[in-house]
Amino acid sequence: MSCVLELKNIGFTYGRGTPFEKRAVDGVNLTINKGELVGVIGHTGSGKSTLMQMLNGLLRPTDGQVLLDGKDIWEQPKKIRSVRFKVGMVFQYPEYQLFEETVYKDIAFGAQNRGMVRGELDEAVRKAAEFTGLSPDLLQKSPFDLSGGEKRRAAIAGVIAMDPEVLVLDEPTAGLDPMGREVLLSQIVRYHKERKNTVLLVSHSMEDIARVADRVMVMNKSRLVMLDETRKVFSHAAELEKMGLKIPQITKIIQELRGRGFELPESVLTVDEAFAALLPLLKKEGKIW
Amino acid sequence: MVRDVSFGQYFPGKSPIHRLDPRAKILMFIAYIVIIFCTFNFVSLGITAAFTVLFLVCSQISFKFYLKSLKLIILIVVFTSVLNLFYGSGDPLWQWGIFKITQDGINRAIFVTVRIVCLILASSCLTFTTSPTELTDAIERLMKPLRVIRVPVHEIAMMMSLALRFVPTLLEETDKIMQAQKARGADMESGGFVKRVRALIPILIPLFVSAFRRAYDVATAMECRCYRGGAGRTRMKQIHLSARDFVAFAILAAVIGGVIVCNILLTASI
Repeated sequence: MSCVLELKNIGFTYGRGTPFEKRAVDGVNLTINKGELVGVIGHTGSGKSTLMQMLNGLLRPTDGQVLLDGKDIWEQPKKIRSVRFKVGMVFQYPEYQLFEETVYKDIAFGAQNRGMVRGELDEAVRKAAEFTGLSPDLLQKSPFDLSGGEKRRAAIAGVIAMDPEVLVLDEPTAGLDPMGREVLLSQIVRYHKERKNTVLLVSHSMEDIARVADRVMVMNKSRLVMLDETRKVFSHAAELEKMGLKIPQITKIIQELRGRGFELPESVLTVDEAFAALLPLLKKEGKIW
Repeated sequence: MVRDVSFGQYFPGKSPIHRLDPRAKILMFIAYIVIIFCTFNFVSLGITAAFTVLFLVCSQISFKFYLKSLKLIILIVVFTSVLNLFYGSGDPLWQWGIFKITQDGINRAIFVTVRIVCLILASSCLTFTTSPTELTDAIERLMKPLRVIRVPVHEIAMMMSLALRFVPTLLEETDKIMQAQKARGADMESGGFVKRVRALIPILIPLFVSAFRRAYDVATAMECRCYRGGAGRTRMKQIHLSARDFVAFAILAAVIGGVIVCNILLTASI
């Protein structure tokens, strides 16, 4: 598998040389492969957001290198804007970035900046709107007339329309109702499957991460502590809990049962998997409780 | 970036200056401004400058921050002192066409420079050592007599403290919106004047929208807590004049006295 993003000993210090100096990211090395969906978890203030902002050159790392397709993104600082089109970044509560007269124009903003015109632009906008589940009749409305969830979709569509190779989403489902979360998450998965693009998903919901991520990276106290397959990461329940993180509830239940001597797989990520694992056990023992 | 400006920032502390009654500080600040423009010879100028140094040291705030606050006005200082340099009367020491420099001009330049620098240092000292809430409280108390002529003193003070409270919030918000638009490829660093102004639209509109949203939120929150203006309102932090304030008054009175005596006894330099 070819890698798309590579971080070499990345570090970032806020307010260097002032009394408010703070080391936000320290010595992170990692590679992200093309086409994978990586979940990013970590406690508040663990450096996730800072790390994400270095991926598209919004922050310049104070140490180390960010390689995109094998090239240092800061090689030519004046051309950093082109990196931002390749690594699309959706911030937390992105609905606050809407500003245009119509939803259509707002979604087109980034794509236009990238240099798309007419047919190509129109197609990119409509496809992005479709991916995020915005109905076409909303496109001519003012973004300020939309509901909270629709605004969120419009903002995410604005980044998808730029057609980035890597899409970074910082807590895209925060503050949405359960139904909205569910729908948005499955749309992100669909986007990932159809475009075969790389997606980085920052989330506090372990259930969401467990369901969709191929690999998971764990940040703790400015450092990268784990980057492995989802199943392996969530088998380290004790370590994660020490960092103030949780594992999905269903994983926890199965692990507890294993601890009491039931023959179950080490790491179960979803309710469906748990169901499949428990059913034969039920048949064998007739009754397990 | 935007947050690097040190003028008008508050540095919490426990120095003698921090603990002065904010009302006393404001009154002394006004008296100080008056006196600094009443210095007409070098001795009285020296006295006020020495007094300035005294309270800067007492404030226990690093001189680095004071220097930073001076950086903003350096152009004004240079401009006015150069202008004054050429506006003196008397025998020219040096002349080139209509430009001439006289002893009087040099004196004027020195006076104007020292006065402006002292003025900025004093106002920085006031804002560095007094929290915005203390300041607005003090202003409200000092303006109380104006209620007789129907000036809405409490409302003005409330508006001021609300405005001050939202400065850091809005700065943070601006930063966030800028990052988000940059992530969508907004180009703010290149292009001509018109292009740069146009590049501000994607930042200003969301900023205004969120400022209005916050205003509504605060108004609702205030109404939920039954806020109905200043009538009958008591305060959590009462401000009192203490011995410390009278000592400060005495020192300032001595400086004022010194300046007046010098002005009477010595000949004026400007």
